[in-house]
Amino acid sequence: MATVQADRKTTSSLLYLDGISVSFDGFKALNELSFIVEPGEMRAIIGPNGAGKTTMMDVITGKTRPDEGDVFFEEGKYDLSKLDETEIATLGIGRKFQKPTVFEMHTVEDNLQLSLKNDRSVKATLFWQSSAEQEARIDQVLDIVRLKHLRARVAGSLSHGQKQWLEIAMLLAQDPKLLLVDEPVAGMTDVETMQTAELLREINKTKTVVVVEHDMAFVRELGVKVTCLHEGSVLAEGSIDQVSTNDRVVEVYLGR
Amino acid sequence: MMTSHPLIRLLDRGSTLFLVLLAAFAIAIPVSNLLMPEGSALHLSTYFVALFGKYVCYGLLALSIDLIWGYVGILSLGHGAFFALGGYAMGMYLMRQIGTRGVYANPILPDFMVFLNWSELPFFWYGFNSFAYAMLMVLLVPGLLAFVFGWFAFRSRVTGVYLSIITQAMTYALLLGFFRNNFGFGGNNGLTDFKDILGFNVQAEGTRNALLVTSCIALAVCFLICRAIVTSKFGKVLIGIRDAESRTRFLGYRVEAYKLFVFTVSACMAGVAGALYVPQVGIINPGEFAPGNSIEAVIWVAVGGRGTLTGAVLGAFVVNYAKTFFTSGALAPYWLFMLGGLFIGTTLFLPRGIIGTYNNWRAGHADKAEAKAAEGASAGGGASPAQPSAAE
Ligand SMILES: Nc1ncnc2c1ncn2[C@@H]1O[C@H](COP(=O)(O)OP(=O)(O)O)[C@@H](O)[C@H]1O
Ligand SMILES: [Mg+2]
Repeated sequence: MATVQADRKTTSSLLYLDGISVSFDGFKALNELSFIVEPGEMRAIIGPNGAGKTTMMDVITGKTRPDEGDVFFEEGKYDLSKLDETEIATLGIGRKFQKPTVFEMHTVEDNLQLSLKNDRSVKATLFWQSSAEQEARIDQVLDIVRLKHLRARVAGSLSHGQKQWLEIAMLLAQDPKLLLVDEPVAGMTDVETMQTAELLREINKTKTVVVVEHDMAFVRELGVKVTCLHEGSVLAEGSIDQVSTNDRVVEVYLGR
Repeated sequence: MMTSHPLIRLLDRGSTLFLVLLAAFAIAIPVSNLLMPEGSALHLSTYFVALFGKYVCYGLLALSIDLIWGYVGILSLGHGAFFALGGYAMGMYLMRQIGTRGVYANPILPDFMVFLNWSELPFFWYGFNSFAYAMLMVLLVPGLLAFVFGWFAFRSRVTGVYLSIITQAMTYALLLGFFRNNFGFGGNNGLTDFKDILGFNVQAEGTRNALLVTSCIALAVCFLICRAIVTSKFGKVLIGIRDAESRTRFLGYRVEAYKLFVFTVSACMAGVAGALYVPQVGIINPGEFAPGNSIEAVIWVAVGGRGTLTGAVLGAFVVNYAKTFFTSGALAPYWLFMLGGLFIGTTLFLPRGIIGTYNNWRAGHADKAEAKAAEGASAGGGASPAQPSAAE
């Protein structure tokens, strides 16, 4: 793959996936998946259950190694397939899991305190002291996700939707360059869903976002470029109207 | 909360009470043993002093286990090995102090070496005539083993039951090694017949009391170190790892470094516990490496309350008191069944252990009072946080 080397030098992409394949016991979860995300973009990834959306995020964040293909970050500067989760997170890729994953035993404040962009070494956390600047940053993030009134609450006692938002707030506190958001509105009410769309649009003003979602109304509300995955590869790409009228997409969605 | 003063975080109500009680015992027991006339109701026997000293060492071992099991979810079933290694390091110092008072009166070689016809001291016995060197080894040997073991285990992301099993294998391997005569640690007899420590007769009442007080101080210091660790931001990361390891990783924390640090600290504490234990019981033998010992220590923590620190120490006291009580009576042959029953009973009916259940009950009360005070002020809330389950 000599061309890839040239590609990644010339590409202006923030995230670059080319020919990614991943199989689990012979089953191809990802099959020659390729797509590119430009800096500042927000991209919606849709696709039926089992299309490989979560697996794609696992590959980007270093949880799963691709059997084949290239994953590059920041104009090809970093080969993500050679790095582990911690290193990738440190590069500036934040991830929200499909199942909301927050530190249930900690307060909302502590969840954010642990997420703030800071020295993550053992020594630094052992001797760490809070500062006014950090407190202000936590307030700021809580404002964005509208959870300020719950600052002292134990995260485990939040509602499902609030946990989703807290996890997004944790991503923001990390101050990443790229946010990967897996099914943020699963289990949310219609109002919450629309609020989340607004929230992501707000976040997208300063950050690149890749959001995986089933909910078509939500994706329509985002109003961004859509990539439809099916059986581990890209089926269609374009605006929501283009994609949702694409014959093959209709077939996949109706046929399932 | 993260914002409060470090000292207030360190010494919450429970911790203060614990330290006060410990200090009270450390003062009252020697006073009663040494100053009260024999036969007086206030006199405690020397037997009791030694017994209590032994419990304090068990308490320290339990504390070290709780630090990793309660706060990071690492269930070590091999902590008895670190305890025993600390004990052997102390035992080696005590053996070298015997000098010409041994049966064979060899000024350098301990009796068992003369018996085996060894002509010189093995190199790993060098230096143990120095107390300072021996104390260094008490920390270094368990610490180094834990570091090397943890380095491989945590880097390869061995967790849960698999980790527990390999810790059992580790202590079992050491058990087999220390049983061998040519290993150089006295074979199955171990090290015993100690004469003095720092020039004081180990059997003397004064020494016994001094050892008890030293054990209490060691427990207090280690307790404060544990509190400092778990109340720091580092401690919050540990709990994060315990409850949502991958979330912690994806936030950019190097999980294996956190585990390795705290596992090594914990092993050093177990080593100190073993070192203080040996002069008080007068012997160290390979039996201390028995896998069952490590499991028993985990039961103490479960009974007292995992993830509470004070509960671990309390559990060690309660279970060992019960053990002393039952194994000296007619029920002695059934002790292991009782211990097993206790563990199953705790898991089923008191999954948070004694202190954990008490804390939860108190938190429930505080919540209710708060809810009453702030009637209708805000909706929802009150649900108590999930506690770690007893099994990993
Ligand atoms: N660790 C794994 N082991 C085996 N199969 C897996 C694993 N992870 C995902 N899969 C399979 O890969 C396919 C894609 O899964 P996933 O990426 O979760 O889909 P999506 O998020 O699009 O619903 C599914 O058929 C799933 O069963
Ligand atoms: Mg998924």
